[in-house]
Amino acid sequence: MAEMRSVPEELMPGLAPLSRSTARPSRHSALVRTTHWIIALSFLALLVSGIEILISHPRFYWGENGNVLTPALFKLPIPSSRSLVPTGYGYVLPDENGWSRYLHFQSAWLAVLTGLVYVAAGVVSGHFRKDLLPSAEEVSWRALGRTIASHLRFERPSAAEAWSYNLLQRLSYLFVIFALFPLVIWTGLAMSPAFTSAFPASVDLLGGRQSARTLHFFVAMSLLLFLLVHVAMVWFAGFRSRMRAMITGRIDQLEDA
Amino acid sequence: MTDLSRRKLIKTGVAAATGIAGLGVATGLAKNYGLIPPDCGGIWGIGETLNYASYRLLTNHSMAREFARSEISTTPLANEIPPLNDAFKKLQAGGFADWRITVDGMVDRPGMFSLEQLKSYPSRSQITQLACEEGWSYVAEWTGVPLSHVLEVAGIQPQAKYVVYFSIDPDWWDSIDMRDALHPQTYLAYGMNGGDLSVGNGGPLRMRVPRQLGYKNVKFITRLAVTDDLRKFGKGLGSASPEGGYAWFAGV
Repeated sequence: MAEMRSVPEELMPGLAPLSRSTARPSRHSALVRTTHWIIALSFLALLVSGIEILISHPRFYWGENGNVLTPALFKLPIPSSRSLVPTGYGYVLPDENGWSRYLHFQSAWLAVLTGLVYVAAGVVSGHFRKDLLPSAEEVSWRALGRTIASHLRFERPSAAEAWSYNLLQRLSYLFVIFALFPLVIWTGLAMSPAFTSAFPASVDLLGGRQSARTLHFFVAMSLLLFLLVHVAMVWFAGFRSRMRAMITGRIDQLEDA
Repeated sequence: MTDLSRRKLIKTGVAAATGIAGLGVATGLAKNYGLIPPDCGGIWGIGETLNYASYRLLTNHSMAREFARSEISTTPLANEIPPLNDAFKKLQAGGFADWRITVDGMVDRPGMFSLEQLKSYPSRSQITQLACEEGWSYVAEWTGVPLSHVLEVAGIQPQAKYVVYFSIDPDWWDSIDMRDALHPQTYLAYGMNGGDLSVGNGGPLRMRVPRQLGYKNVKFITRLAVTDDLRKFGKGLGSASPEGGYAWFAGV
């Protein structure tokens, strides 16, 4: 890379654009790449273990009280791992809550600590300001409509877009980082009798433990929806080049052009 | 070897050594301050230790949320219990008049208490929530004697660190650290919602630890053992829960 840069452009005109591109900084900084994959891994673990725990009681309530004797707000039409839960299925699934709970909390710690490093570094390095926060003139209903329309037409992103995020992308990433993740952590902690003994407002504000649990489910499902759309978008934009950018930080300009 | 790579090597080495030393110091401090749970080994040890250590650091004086009488649930679910053994049935037939709880271990006055004796001590009530690890919950009024009172009567010795409690069901036992054992909301509960504690809900005597989940609130208590070393009980993991794959600390 350093050698390429040292070649004077006028001597190798044909290679000039390529040499300039290889001299570019990484598409994603090493810190963004590392934290991205750690959080991706821990989110998958949280999702799997969360679903396992949910299977032991696939019913939801609002307020403080809720059990099989209480009318449910809604139920999921799935079998359960507890015989006390009336599911309509003639069988009971094996109990997997032990390891699921261990895994859920261990991955939660990993995700939260990694997330804190990411956010702190993002503020210090200007990652949020430079890469994610849209400028005031960029945010308008018209601009948003244009991005949504181009997404709906399944237009492939231009080569330039490989180097930055479009408006819809910026807004969704900011929403996931600063709304959904904090909410899923809050609603999760609000279910802990130990945590709420020290911070009772954390659950009272949500309307009770069962409300917190129901909200935790919806926020988790929103994150899952984000994950599915995110992966689909990566696929449409060019799976190999986007994956390479997030793993190595490099973008092959020839392939993207 | 170039200067740059040598400098990098030294830097990495120093960083690694500092990290390992820091981890060693942190572990030592954590042990001293009682921040390490008995099931700290194995692949889930890090998460469990972080959970329990944060609990110890954040909630030393915190009280479980208490509710208004109007918030008491009309459906205080009695969860499934293992089949009751003959010893239990015999005591039940006698109206639990012969129910005894043994207190032994690091106490000055080991002995036995009858239900009548426990009920003769100053009784306390709390309207708190019982939440199961599965996700369901109910609010109820619990009446009983604070565990701290019984421990005071028995005279706990200064080196004691944990109270291990046993159900009449030999497969069901658990333990809490001394700060939870002496917490004002930790009861040996014998009443619920103004009446006797039903068998389904753990009657005649249930451990009530409202800052932890339901499974820590063991039913049918017959023995308390005060100790400074949980390795002496069962497989040494602090309770029957980790032996069945569940965490010893049940505050989350």
